[in-house]
Amino acid sequence: MALLDVQNLTVEFPTRRGVLRALDGVSFSIEAGEVLGVVGESGAGKSLTGAAIIGLLEPPGRIAGGRILLEGSRIDDLSQSQLRRIRGRRIGAIFQDPLTTLNPLYSIGRQLIETIRTHLKLSEADARKRAVRWLEEVGIPAAAQRIDAYPHEFSGGQRQRVVIALALCAEPALVIADEPTTALDVSIQAQIIALLKRLARDHGTSVMLITHDMGVIAETADRVAVMYAGRIAEIGPVAEIVRTPAHPYTLGLMGSIPSIEHRVERLAQIDGAMPRLTAIPQGCAFNPRCPRVFARCRIERPDLLPAGATEAACWLHDATIRPLRAAHG
Amino acid sequence: MPAFILSRLLQAIPVLLVVGFIAYAMFAFVGDPVQIMLGQDYTEVQRQALIHDLGLDQPFFVQYAKFMWRAVQGEFGISYRLARPVSGLIAERLPATLELSVTATVLSLAVGLPMGVYTAVYRRSWLARGFMVFSLAGISLPTFLTGILLILCFSVGLGWLPSFGRGEVVHIGAWWTTGFLTLSGIKALILPAITLGLFQMTLIMRLVRAEMLEVLRTDYIKFARARGLTDRSIKFGHALRNTMVPVITIVGLQLGMIVAFSLVTETVFQWPGMGLLFIQSVGVADIPVMSAYLLLIAVVFVVINLVVDLLYYAVDPRLRIERSSAQAGR
Repeated sequence: MALLDVQNLTVEFPTRRGVLRALDGVSFSIEAGEVLGVVGESGAGKSLTGAAIIGLLEPPGRIAGGRILLEGSRIDDLSQSQLRRIRGRRIGAIFQDPLTTLNPLYSIGRQLIETIRTHLKLSEADARKRAVRWLEEVGIPAAAQRIDAYPHEFSGGQRQRVVIALALCAEPALVIADEPTTALDVSIQAQIIALLKRLARDHGTSVMLITHDMGVIAETADRVAVMYAGRIAEIGPVAEIVRTPAHPYTLGLMGSIPSIEHRVERLAQIDGAMPRLTAIPQGCAFNPRCPRVFARCRIERPDLLPAGATEAACWLHDATIRPLRAAHG
Repeated sequence: MPAFILSRLLQAIPVLLVVGFIAYAMFAFVGDPVQIMLGQDYTEVQRQALIHDLGLDQPFFVQYAKFMWRAVQGEFGISYRLARPVSGLIAERLPATLELSVTATVLSLAVGLPMGVYTAVYRRSWLARGFMVFSLAGISLPTFLTGILLILCFSVGLGWLPSFGRGEVVHIGAWWTTGFLTLSGIKALILPAITLGLFQMTLIMRLVRAEMLEVLRTDYIKFARARGLTDRSIKFGHALRNTMVPVITIVGLQLGMIVAFSLVTETVFQWPGMGLLFIQSVGVADIPVMSAYLLLIAVVFVVINLVVDLLYYAVDPRLRIERSSAQAGR
């Protein structure tokens, strides 16, 4: 049984001009101890997927369909107070900007202790010991002294370490890291990713790593889900996705990563832009930009189909009716 | 910390000097006190003698320096109208105004703050909407009108509360009088305090609501939610404390306003405080009283600003650090 199983998740935003479907039939699972990378452009629905899982969709956004199972039991239909007990305790979250995710008026110790004591029956003193241990574990030097310091007394990288400690201090089985390195210095990014990797391994924590940085994914994730316009375009083991992408969108994404080995004059780019939620085309959402588009893509929407080692939502991989390659070669 | 307070007090000195200058300038430019004090029949000798007695024959800046020097010692001259020392008049009136202002402030905070939090947290409830409508009325009704309406309702109509005066007062010590200790004093306080506090109350409520809504949208509140902290702790611990930072400034300034502009309320209710004294003095150009009042209000604002700064210091740790590192001569 997978730790987290997301089935056909649909998230909608009712607006004055009608209902916007921001996530449309997203399915994936995360095994215990696994790191799943989620990549895609801004607005593809990566963060929204994370927010939906922990029940923190911004109103008026709501889960309109599908199921979310944590260790086999549904969590998408729980009340807010039941969800609260899951957040932090069973599913942790790490946000993008460490400069704004810590409460500036409380010392980091107070924030850690409060989080620990919310979820675990510990005395103030024991919670404090645990907080110091976590600060040491995330690499804050002189943790016992610095525990009473305030967020502004830490650098950006250290603050993200504190955020990680806060997310993990109640030992959740899964942590959703939403762009944990985007706001950081390039030199710090690698450290934070290495830390996250090490902690996940040491504590057996599964990670859902949301980012648009393929480099981070390639280095960290076991499997990757590529999202496009609120759907999963391709999902599979990281090596296969990087080496032999099956979906034309993934292929385009890989082509746009600069390589040290091969000098190129110009980076490849995918023409056009991701459609807005109000104007998602019929059929495959990627069809207006796809170099290998054919008639069926404009009419019928592809589900995830087996494509070698990965699964891709692309009619090119329809085993029953193979399209004639010659027709659009 | 003491150094911080000291620097703040030193900064207040130029402020008080400038206000003192304006207060003093009134002597030279508003009305002719000699004319007022002498009345209809006088001789030129009497006039010259009075000008000399009042020191009006000396150069302007000498007069200003003397005025400030006396002001520092609590000497503001003699009221033209009542022919009594201004300091005595002020001391007599000060307790009434302070009691009224403090009651109005406590009332506006005690009601405005919870209402603001409530309307922010339960934004869509009917009660919150009712509060918002009420606050609109409170913020747009002029003070004198509120006062008159309250008198009409509770004094004239229902006859529950007195419409003027301070009721019975009890003397405490040499110069303090209080209305808190008698039933009639407390009854007399209710309407003026509501009148004076209503605007501040609705202002505080709307301010707290706006700030709180802002804070509830921040990342650290989202992160607190994502850590599974209780709703109570998030709203009344994390969010409320962050809301207080900007609210303290505005409320502090508003308290100054309450003291300074209690004069409308005091006039409506014939409240024997400094505001009423000031209004009566304006009518006859009683400049010593007016200038003393002006200076006193300036002192009130300086003190309130100091308190606001100290509160900041207590609430926001970021300020503590900047200050101590600045002192370390980084």
